[in-house]
Amino acid sequence: MSVIDERFADLRASGRKAFIPFITAGDPSLDMTGRLLLRLSQCGAAIAEVGIPYSDPIADGPVIQASYTRALEAGIKLEDIFATIARVVPQVKMPIVSMVSYAIVNRLGPQRYVEDAQRCGFSGAIVPDLLVEEGDELREICRQRDFSLIHLVTPTTPRQRMLRIAECSTGFIYFVSVTGITGERTELPQELYEQVAWLRERTEIPICIGFGISRVEHVRQLAPVADGLIVGSAIVRKFVEANDPEVALAQVDELARALIGAMG
Amino acid sequence: MNSHTVERVQSASTQIPDQRGRFGEFGGRFVPETLTRALVELESAYAAARKDPTFHVELNELLKRFVGRPSPLYHAQRLTKLAGGAQIWFKREDLNHTGAHKINNTLGQALLTLRMGKKRVIAETGAGQHGVATATACAHFGLPCVVYMGAEDVRRQKPNVFSMRLMGAEVRPVTSGSKTLRDAVNEAMRDWMASVENTHYIIGSVIGPHPFPMMVRDFQSVIGREARAQCQETFHRLPDTVVACVGGGSNAAGMFFPFIEDASVRLIGVEAGGRSSSSGEHAAPLSLGTPGVLHGSYSYVMQDRDGQTSPVHSISAGLDYPGVGPEHSYWKDSGRVEYTFCRDDDALATFDKVARNEGILPALESCHAVAKAIEIAGTMNAEQNLLICLSGRGDKDAAEIARLKGQDY
Repeated sequence: MSVIDERFADLRASGRKAFIPFITAGDPSLDMTGRLLLRLSQCGAAIAEVGIPYSDPIADGPVIQASYTRALEAGIKLEDIFATIARVVPQVKMPIVSMVSYAIVNRLGPQRYVEDAQRCGFSGAIVPDLLVEEGDELREICRQRDFSLIHLVTPTTPRQRMLRIAECSTGFIYFVSVTGITGERTELPQELYEQVAWLRERTEIPICIGFGISRVEHVRQLAPVADGLIVGSAIVRKFVEANDPEVALAQVDELARALIGAMG
Repeated sequence: MNSHTVERVQSASTQIPDQRGRFGEFGGRFVPETLTRALVELESAYAAARKDPTFHVELNELLKRFVGRPSPLYHAQRLTKLAGGAQIWFKREDLNHTGAHKINNTLGQALLTLRMGKKRVIAETGAGQHGVATATACAHFGLPCVVYMGAEDVRRQKPNVFSMRLMGAEVRPVTSGSKTLRDAVNEAMRDWMASVENTHYIIGSVIGPHPFPMMVRDFQSVIGREARAQCQETFHRLPDTVVACVGGGSNAAGMFFPFIEDASVRLIGVEAGGRSSSSGEHAAPLSLGTPGVLHGSYSYVMQDRDGQTSPVHSISAGLDYPGVGPEHSYWKDSGRVEYTFCRDDDALATFDKVARNEGILPALESCHAVAKAIEIAGTMNAEQNLLICLSGRGDKDAAEIARLKGQDY
């Protein structure tokens, strides 16, 4: 049983849902990444996702892409990110997973990526550009080390394929709420509830919904059907809008508490 | 050629890619789940079209009456004399409608767009040739078209930007990252992720996730098929050597593919050597890069230690790309095709050479192939034949060349 499995078992036992914030490593600085993780843990985040900046992130929307570009322009390297995570992990109460392009995993080699990530304290990986068909090697390595490999399901995924993705995932499934790229939306589609409910009846693995969740209303609507909700762009955006990172940190704190509160 | 190489040449066959879109270990599909359904749909639409005679009749008719195919095989006699060796032949893709080979692919994919019932087209472009060819195909069929183009390329290739707009396409300058082709591909993929239900992405080269590399190669193979037949008709045998420039690699793939199983034909791909072999100064992933993942497939790429795509440079916008089609990676590792590179200044000098000796203004991209071909022809004898894919015309480069030479345009 992985750390993430244990976390969801606890949440389910107490009837709670997971609030899963996403932040970009190194934006605006690795020091702030460490402080953000601490703060989010204190707010009650169940799990955190840390985005590893990548030069060509086709799955991400403009807010996260721009944050990746800023981090890379500041010269952030993978080993610096791993060092930051290693420093923070003993101080937080939540598992941390990496959101990482397969370009980076492949460059290090899947074996080494998983070893290095696990050694510094990551509990799993979401690889948004790795389809289940291309994932055999990484999946086997993750399985051997009890390192969660979280695959994505989208509204355009046929149902049989959803089941296959569920079988291939460990930790949880990342259910993409809308067709498209990450970013904030004003409305979420109705079919989403039906899709999630359909999958919910057919798999034991926790289902977490992400892409486009930024408001308390979204959380109220979605929390009942999901095991957890992922919030990314809305957090990353705070650091773009506020000139002062300290102000942004306080705003993220406020947003996280509001969203957790809305989960009931 | 040693026996090991012979064996590997034989293994480089036309029977690829496999079911998973793999050319040997290269290719595949490294994309977000959101695109899977569109790629599966495209794969089956293309498989059906490939077997449907009416599709080929329609496409061939367009290639003949709209593009002006077959493009001529031209004997470059004064360059032959200058090189002092093999007979030099140009496959004149520069004479196609819109001035480059790109139209061969965009018409094929536009026909597929209609077959799939999609109502909108998007594309990326570097030099603007693919953008113009896509805008042209879309105007022909009445499809709305959005072209993503790096802001730096918009500056370098103004005439093409204007042409696209004249034909009703919307050109969206891309200001992220390096503001060149690679960023234009990222933006086009992002658009596609959000619009996949009603939009087809006409990718411009043999890059991207399966089935794009195979499909674009097939559409461009008309170049090599015609050239092969024209060589046999004109000098009654196959060429000894075939040379093409390689950015993403579509004109080269289309030229080489019909010769792949002709072991006697030496195939040479020429990448953009830029200013030097230092990282960031060239765009030659096959010659100087390592295998990695970029834009949906596994292939040679310019990348750093962490897997971040490295900056690249080329004098020619169409070659200014850090990746390359996966089939080229396969041909390189199997030994079937040799890859080399040509520096910016050699390409520029070759532009003048071709202009003054043949009365042809070649695209700067094509100049890379011609420069290496002249060198290689010099090592061959007059009985031998060297075929070059003259992939496009150089009118679009005139302003940039004037700027580089410090002359008025």
